Amino acid sequence: MTIQALLPPLVGGMLIGLAASGYLLFNGRVAGISGIVGGLLQRRTGDRHLQGAFVIGLSGAGLLLAPAAPEAFVNPLSRSTAALVVAGMLVGAGTRLGNGCTSGHGVCGLARSSPRSLVSVLTFMATGAASATAVSQWLGGGL
Amino acid sequence: MRGLITAAASGLVFGIGLVVSGMTRPDVVVGFLDVLGTWDPSLGVVMVGALLVHAPLRWLIERRRSPLCSDAFRMPTRRDLDARLVVGAALFGVGWGLAGYCPGPAVVSALPGGPKALTFLAAMLAGMVLVHRVDALAGRPLARVASPERRH
Repeated sequence: MTIQALLPPLVGGMLIGLAASGYLLFNGRVAGISGIVGGLLQRRTGDRHLQGAFVIGLSGAGLLLAPAAPEAFVNPLSRSTAALVVAGMLVGAGTRLGNGCTSGHGVCGLARSSPRSLVSVLTFMATGAASATAVSQWLGGGL
Repeated sequence: MRGLITAAASGLVFGIGLVVSGMTRPDVVVGFLDVLGTWDPSLGVVMVGALLVHAPLRWLIERRRSPLCSDAFRMPTRRDLDARLVVGAALFGVGWGLAGYCPGPAVVSALPGGPKALTFLAAMLAGMVLVHRVDALAGRPLARVASPERRH
């Protein structure tokens, strides 16, 4: 991997940090995607209009960039529908149980030195590495 | 109204960041998590970039009395560790490693990403609703970690 290849992830990460800062500065909220999406799925009112606006912007980014960079959305992994459903359920249930995902704990929480976020990140990195490595080592990369 | 526009703009920039960083490509994510394969450090670089910007900015922003378009900061205040946090993070990690999508990229990829991304997103939403339902049945309000926080 060349240094140039690390530029897009670095710039993309900085944009993510900037967006999280903007949401905090203007709206006073933590930009945790699972919390925002989960909040929209609950009957509780309150932040739902903000959460809805955030999600519209988020999915708008996909629509906006897809014509210019279709390769950014290609999923070359061989995954059955059943595998995707199980994985999706685990991600949905796990992030709600654990109050956050890669953004809320991984970016916002770590930036605030939250002990809960540090434990969360170490845990999901470890189990994520375990499952991804198991699929590639034992199942030939397909599922 | 101003708050809605800033929230949508934050979401848009966040999504552009995810696309630029390569996080909407599940093979890149799995390439980072698969530690015995051809290791791709991209995901780690994304987190470093995000923290480089957000850690100092959030420190400055949280010194303010209030946000610009809202009456109060609503930040997580819990610092205790519990089993729910660890079990949730562990389950999330397993699913993330299996499919290569976490919640942000799943939402960004939902429309342009084809049936695989859409299937994952639908299952993810179902998993979230499942937890909400079980919590409601158990009489637990969803563990609230955010509360209005007064500063100064």
